[in-house]
This record gives sequence, structure tokens and C-alpha cells, in this order.
Amino acid sequence: MKLLIRRARLLDPAAGQDEVGDLLLEDGRIVAAGGHIDGLGAPVLEAAGLWLAPGFVDLHTHLREPGQEYKEDIASGGRAAAAGGFTTIACMANTQPVNDDPATTDYILDRARQDSPVRVYPVAAATRGLEGQVMTEMCALVAAGAVAFSDDGRTIQDAGVMRRVLAYSRLVNAPVIAHCEDRCLVGEGVVNEGPASTRLGLPANPAIAETVMVERDILLAELTGAHLHVAHVSTAGAVDAIRRARERGVHVTTEVTPHHLTLDDEATLGFDTHTKVAPPLRSAADVQACRAGLVDGTIDAIATDHAPHAVHEKDQEFTVAPPGMIGLETAVAVVLGLVRDGLISPLELVRRLSTNPARILRRPGGSLGRGEPADLVLVDPERRWTYDPSKGYSKSRNSPWAGRALEGRAVRTFVGGRCVYDVERGVLVP
Amino acid sequence: MIGRDLLGIEDLERADIERILDTAERMREIGEREVKKVPTLRGRTVVNLFFESSTRTRASFEIAGKRLSADVVNFSPSSSSLKKAESILDTARTLDAMDPDAVIVRHAVAGVPKRIADELGAPVINAGDGAHEHPTQALLDLFTVRQEKGRIDGLSVAIVGDILHSRVARSNIYGFTKMGAEVRVAAPPTLLPACVETLGVKAFTTLREAIEGADVVMALRIQTERLQGSYFPSVREYSATFGLDRVKLRYAKDGAIVMHPGPVNRGVELSPDLADHRPSVILDQVRNGVAIRMAVLYLFAGRRRRPGLAADAPAGGGAE
Repeated sequence: MKLLIRRARLLDPAAGQDEVGDLLLEDGRIVAAGGHIDGLGAPVLEAAGLWLAPGFVDLHTHLREPGQEYKEDIASGGRAAAAGGFTTIACMANTQPVNDDPATTDYILDRARQDSPVRVYPVAAATRGLEGQVMTEMCALVAAGAVAFSDDGRTIQDAGVMRRVLAYSRLVNAPVIAHCEDRCLVGEGVVNEGPASTRLGLPANPAIAETVMVERDILLAELTGAHLHVAHVSTAGAVDAIRRARERGVHVTTEVTPHHLTLDDEATLGFDTHTKVAPPLRSAADVQACRAGLVDGTIDAIATDHAPHAVHEKDQEFTVAPPGMIGLETAVAVVLGLVRDGLISPLELVRRLSTNPARILRRPGGSLGRGEPADLVLVDPERRWTYDPSKGYSKSRNSPWAGRALEGRAVRTFVGGRCVYDVERGVLVP
Repeated sequence: MIGRDLLGIEDLERADIERILDTAERMREIGEREVKKVPTLRGRTVVNLFFESSTRTRASFEIAGKRLSADVVNFSPSSSSLKKAESILDTARTLDAMDPDAVIVRHAVAGVPKRIADELGAPVINAGDGAHEHPTQALLDLFTVRQEKGRIDGLSVAIVGDILHSRVARSNIYGFTKMGAEVRVAAPPTLLPACVETLGVKAFTTLREAIEGADVVMALRIQTERLQGSYFPSVREYSATFGLDRVKLRYAKDGAIVMHPGPVNRGVELSPDLADHRPSVILDQVRNGVAIRMAVLYLFAGRRRRPGLAADAPAGGGAE
């Protein structure tokens, strides 16, 4: 099967290429990209005015399967990803049961093969049951298909355990993903500590809770030589700590979410639980620092932290409602605002959505090079639409962008050369 | 213009506050009669929906409603049964289906009255939500100060104690600053909220600086069980540094009054003799609380949202 995509704006961060041209794919792989290509009778897709990029790779999703299928499952989460232009997603281990043994990893991969239009890479737990005590069988989990290790929101509080997890991870050459928050400093906190928490009268989560833990984990990564990946960085202090660590050669990478790049804690002022997330929406200064870190390359990747929760769960007291928001279907539109603001070029944005996250996972993708898998996304950067989560693919609706007018959207997504999403027809397979 | 609900002082304009205080003056007069009852809210139903236990505030609202002839229903679901069975919104919607004319909500979590107000046809009056707001407490404090000092504008008000966890502090900060007073707060650094100055107050960590020259000194209740050992070392040390007695009160302006939202921990926030005698006005606050809540019920009850009808004002008025 062949397809010639013509006159698109080709954005290939791996090659540093940003130019209008054609791309030919055949049998699931890219045959050629750039300039004028003679398709020799291949079907043609006219793509003038659209961006053609390697498919987006999300380092941080919660697919809720097994165990909480009422929030999301691999089929619905995979469809949401395809509709958002993602061709690969890494899913966190906090399922029920926890993905802390190879059988669960197998199950997830098996379901993904049957149900998901996009590639799914399981992130296994770093410790059994996410309890922060006994490390998981990393070698067996990697053999089963796990690509990284993380206890995510159940941050490993014991520095001794974290040190050994990082040290042991070198055996499998996989990143340890850390949701950096010091539980004692967080306390009962549910919104960022600052003027907003003071007005709301809600328990506050201070920025220092993140910064302290990022500094600790950087020191432990430096000591052990492991690859630390800091999840959803949200504070100026953490961005600064990571920048300094990278300057001295520590193997630390990081991601930021679309919401921490665009929303600050003023959004929490109406007590809307859709704005409750962990880490919390921070101050405007923290948002600026995250943007600066993304632009200067300190922050490698944009990841959604897509965290589905049911309506009845979000419809509770602010302190009781679970943290998190869905993001797969809105991510591109939200972060395209950074391009429109002149902060980042389209090519560098694609690097953070695709090339860098693929490299962090040590997986193919993120490139339009010859012979690469034809995991592709066509983006219409000017398409205007209104986001209605009830019409989206995720089973959940907990988005702060519900009902908002957005600009820019994935219009086609290809995985292994197959079109899995077309904005006019919806998700096509399986 | 006053909205449908009374969720916080932050939402009010100065003119709204003045209107409530002026209405309360007329309500106080009713409370001074031998027969303390007028037919103003006859046929209206007021629900006291208290998710968090409260004796004083609930009784005050209940008496206020009864003096206006409203039918007052007390509904106090225990928080433990709620966790197991029904959500706050289920409870609220169930009550709303019985068509009350006002729902008074108290909850331990900030924001719950607003969430309930978003859902209900009936107007919602916040009787205290977490550390967020306690608007009727602030209104009765403003009323008491106006009564004592003849004005609020230009006064200096010091609020001392657990500012961090206090809804009374927040509502009073909004209320007094909107009415033209200068507000100072004092607490150990562990009990000052982040960036408290953004609320328009000056913050101090010594009692003396805060009350120097103050016309009004308001002490807040300290939850000793919760705070001792983590937010301050001991009750003894707290009372020595932030507890108010007649000697420390000399730093305040001559004739300064002492207030407290109650119940007082005698010997902790206030020395016993200060708690029970002038210049403290604690029982006047309680008395004025009924007048304020009558005014609030009078102004808000019946502003029910009905399909196709604008919010209506209560009919009749023995208070006018």
C-alpha cells in the first residue's frame, strides 16, 4: 500500500527540516520525504496548508485499564490519542491491579493490539503495588514490553528506595519517571500556595514541595548515573534545578503538560474541580518559567498527563475530587498557542511532541527519515473548533477546556502507514 | 446590586453591605419587642443544611427565621454517612425538590456552598465553608463595630490568631476593607496564609505591632487540638505571645473594643476577665447575629430562580 502526501509543510526535527514538499509512504514505512516526489501512480493526498510531522508521542497517559474502565479503557484512550494526533502513548502503572508484574504488562499490550489504533507502551511500576518499598522485577517487565518505570503520583518518599530503584534501572537501560512532590510539604494541599489559595481558603500545596523533590532526585540520578525523567514539571524552581543539572551532565530529562504551560492558579478561583490537578496549576511566574524552559530546551517534551475521571467523581468537594484532567484531544490546539505567541517555532514544537519523547523512551518514531515507520500526523494549525468532551473519544469529560473555542487540530493520523483518524470521518480502526 | 445568593463578602459591593446593615437595624428593633415576631416570611421555608456541626450559627439562623415567621427546617447529615451513601449534590438536589425559599449551607470544605448554589433554584446563604468565607459573621461584626464606634470608615482593625485556617478572618478582611477600615493581621508565621497582603491587609508577627493604635481588636479561636505542636509549640507559648489581656490591650487605642467570634478558649486567645467584661463586646456580637441573619433572610429568601420568572422579592413586610 502506497500513499503520496503532497505539498505539506514537512516538519522533521530529527533532520532539522522545515520545508514544503511531498512524502511517500509504502508498506507502513516512509520511502521518501522532501521536494517533489513522483508517486508513480500512488494515491495522492493533497495537503497544502497543513503541517506533516512525525506522529506525536505522549510520555504520560492514564488509560485506566485494567480495573477502572468506567473512566477510560485502552480502546477509548487509544482513540482519543489518535484524534489528538498521537501515534504512540505511554500508559502509567496505576491501574487495578497495578502494572507491577509481567502478566499485567502482557495484558495491556494484548488489549492494545486488539483495541488501540495507536501504539501503546506500558510504563511499569517502580515498586510493588506503588507502595514505595519493594522494587519491581525490572528485567522481566522490560522483557514483557515495559518501556519505563514509575510510581507516578505515589511518589517514592524514601530516598533510600529511590536511590536503589535508580541504580537498578541501569540494568535495563530504561528511564525512571518521577512525579516529584514531597508528601510532607504537600500536606493536605489541593491548590497552589499563593494569593489564590489564600482567597479560596483551600489547603495549599507549595511550589517548594516539587522543587525539593526534584533536587533530591537529581542528586540521586547524579550519584547512580541513571536516567531520571521528571514528570510534568510545574515550578520555576524545578525548571531551574533541571537546567543546572543538565549543565553539569546529569542524565535528567523532563516533560511539561499543556495545562502547566497555559493555565495558572487563577483558574482555580471558581472552585471548579476540573482545575484540580497534581501538581496543581501554579503561579503565572511558574507558567512563564515552564514556557522559557520549553523554549530553551531544558524541558524536552510535552506530555498530556491525560487523567480521566468520571463526572460523579469530579462532582465532589474540591478536597475530595480526584486530581487530573484529560488532555489527549486538546493538547495540540492548546500548545499551538505558544507558536502563535511567537515563543517557539513549529519545528521545535514538534520536536517536543514527537522526536524527544520517542528518544526518551528509546523507541522508533519522531522522524520523517527514509525507512522510519510511517507514524504521521497532519495538523491544520488554523482550524477553529469548539471542544465538546461529550462528543470526544475519551470516556471522561474532565477537561478545563470544555466548551472553549480552540485553534489548530490534528486532521489525519497515520500509524504504520494506515490512516487511523480523519477529522471528517473520525477514528477509523480497529 | 445584591445577587441571588450570599456566598461571601468578597462578592459584595460596599453599598450591598450598607443595605444589609441598615436592614439589620430595623430587625434589631423587632428583637427588642416583647413579641419578637413579624409575619414577613410567613409561608416561606428556610432549610438549615449543616454538613459541619454547629450549635451557635444554626441556632442564630433558626431564631432569625422564626422571628420572621418562616418555617425553618434543620437538616444535618453527618459527614460520615455522606461519604458512604449520597453525595453533597444529591442531598442538595433532594432538598431543592421540596422547593425551599432559602438554603443555608455550612460545610467543612471551601467552595461547597458555591457548588450547591450553581445547582439549586433556591438562593444559598453561606454559613461558613472551610477556611473560605463566613459572610454573616463578618456582617454581624461590621454591624457591632458600627454600633459601638458610630462608623467603620477610617477605623483601624486588628485581627489576631489563626488567620490561615479562618473563614472569619477572610470575610472580615473583605468586609472591613470594603467599608474603609484599615485591617492588620497578626499571627505566628506558621498561621499566616501565603501572600496575605494581597487581600489588602498589613501582616505582623507580633501582637503589639498589630494592635498599636487599633480601634478594634478581634481575637480568633485557636483550635488547640489541631494546631498545638505543629503550628505553634504549645498553648502556653501561644497565649504568652498572641493571647490578649488587659495589659497588652494598652497598646491599642483608648476605648478600643475587643471582639471574638466565639466560642472563646479562656486563657488562650483572651484572658478570662477580658472575655467576660467590657471592652469586649462578644455577647453583643451574638445578639446582633440574629438581627443580621434576619436581614439576610429578608433580603435573600424567596429570590428563587423559577423557569420563565425573574427572581422575586418577598411579598409584604412587617419590617418595613
